Amino acid sequence: MEIWRWIAARRLSLTFFLLGLIILLFILVPLLKMVFSSDPGILWDTLLQGEVRSAIWLTLYAALLATVVGLLLGVPLAYFLARHRFRGKRLVEALIDVPIVVPHTAAGIALLFVFGQDFFLGKAFHLMGIDFVSAVPGIIIAMLFVSVPFLVNSAKQGFERVDVRLEKVARTLGASPWQAFFRVSLPLAWRSIFSGSVMMWARGISEFGAVLILAYHPMIAPILVYERFEEYGLEYAQPVAVLLVLVCLLLFIGLRTIAYRGERA
Amino acid sequence: MIEIRNLSLDVGGFRLEDINLKVESGEYFIVLGPTGAGKTILLESIAGLHPIKSGEVWLNGREVTALEPEKRGIGFVYQDYVLFPHLSVRGNILFGLKQTKRPKDELRSRVDWIAGLLGVSHLLGRKPETLSGGERQKVALARALSISPQVLLLDEPLSALDPHAREEVQQELRQIHRRLQATIIHVTHDFEEAIALGDRIAVLGEGRIIQVGTPEQIFRQPNSEFVARFAMSRNIFSGEVRDGGYGETIFAVEGTELAVVTPLRGKAHASLRPEDILISQEPLISSARNCLRGTITRIDNRGSTIYLTVSTPLDFVCLVTRRSFEELNLAQGDEVYLTFKASAIHVF
Repeated sequence: MEIWRWIAARRLSLTFFLLGLIILLFILVPLLKMVFSSDPGILWDTLLQGEVRSAIWLTLYAALLATVVGLLLGVPLAYFLARHRFRGKRLVEALIDVPIVVPHTAAGIALLFVFGQDFFLGKAFHLMGIDFVSAVPGIIIAMLFVSVPFLVNSAKQGFERVDVRLEKVARTLGASPWQAFFRVSLPLAWRSIFSGSVMMWARGISEFGAVLILAYHPMIAPILVYERFEEYGLEYAQPVAVLLVLVCLLLFIGLRTIAYRGERA
Repeated sequence: MIEIRNLSLDVGGFRLEDINLKVESGEYFIVLGPTGAGKTILLESIAGLHPIKSGEVWLNGREVTALEPEKRGIGFVYQDYVLFPHLSVRGNILFGLKQTKRPKDELRSRVDWIAGLLGVSHLLGRKPETLSGGERQKVALARALSISPQVLLLDEPLSALDPHAREEVQQELRQIHRRLQATIIHVTHDFEEAIALGDRIAVLGEGRIIQVGTPEQIFRQPNSEFVARFAMSRNIFSGEVRDGGYGETIFAVEGTELAVVTPLRGKAHASLRPEDILISQEPLISSARNCLRGTITRIDNRGSTIYLTVSTPLDFVCLVTRRSFEELNLAQGDEVYLTFKASAIHVF
């Protein structure tokens, strides 16, 4: 009887927990199945292949560079949006989310139009010795395009949570607008910017469609997985996929721990 | 000296029109006005935190209207402290000093001195979130004073505090003013606070300065209905507190002695709400320590309530309902008795 009463008192929580459990399992089971059905020996052999290692490495650092560009250009935008009200602000905010809703192969085509050598921008970069098609810069801009909304939105929320009056007090204490930004707003929004950067990086690593259009080669890991699956089948794609997932998970867990530790301090 | 000339503002519902103020060096100046009168924006405009479209601000004979806030040397304290949450108390007080690029040990000793002045030395290592309201406001004051500002602007500095902390911070403000000869502009909606602290008071209402004067002038000779309403919300007396017999405390004012409850002694103010005074035609035998005989000199009809001025000969404003007024059949010139408890009088 006790147990029934206990359940009855928690009907809503229990129902929602069970429904939630399904989605958690949906995420977890395929990943676990893939990881645990792989042979450690084959995994090790795969890791020793230069092609695989360089693909994973390229993925990580191209996504990291995209994130750095995002920080340099996206954080100022986030601050501007958090501090100013103007006509058409909603439109600008919607524009930032556009990369999330456009199919990424379409995004890749769009980028190709602008950064390919048929357009003046692509030509200008070409004169500076930077090419985007089938080159690392192309991977970076493809990742940047699809992942920058995560950073801008998170940073914007972070800045919005910083009381404007803190900056005002800083100004009365002799700080210029720049100093007020670097000594007050930025440190206070830091955690949101950091977690936005982690999300942006992670999104960049996982990008496939846009990169596929701009730069099939040099090959990033998601494309390598696809290629092996297409040409040799599931058996050959699996170890690369597993390695990619493991690397991502380790990084993600590590970075989340850092961000979380900051929160408790 | 700070001077505001012909300042007009119109921002999101707040309007200030043609504000002219002149605050002398070393003066404790109060701007008294109801909530929502645009007092915060007035202060932010003086500090340069809010752009001024029309009007001028002069600081020690120099026009600063277009000067950036960081170059004005004006300290600012908000009602809810607004301490930097990512910095310790020491970091907060050091913030402005670091901008001066003076040697480290000089900054350190300056922080220690300011912290000592405000009694927050023991809090230097703490984070703002661990402090009480009173402590936070003292740290905010220390932070504002650290840069030796030419003027200190206080935006309702006592309003967010509980009564005990309010008393404490009020004492602190008085002390800072005396010891540092600081020029202070303090805005508040609290009439008692204005009288307790101000050398002069400007009453702000409907976007304009309605009256400027000493506290006495404001509550003795209000120049308008608006100021009178502010002043009438309390009976305010200035007098002296001393010990009476039987453990009683006496507040003496113009020959009248009132029983009060307070730890203060010496010159002070006392306030009594009109609604705390009982009116009767015969003397009342009760536990209330104060019972005075007087004559009704004025009847101010406000609809369902009526304000009576009773001269004992000290003038008391008393509030009665229309029904009591009619049942007691009161009229001008009638003799009545006023009864109120010693604890109903607030001494400050």
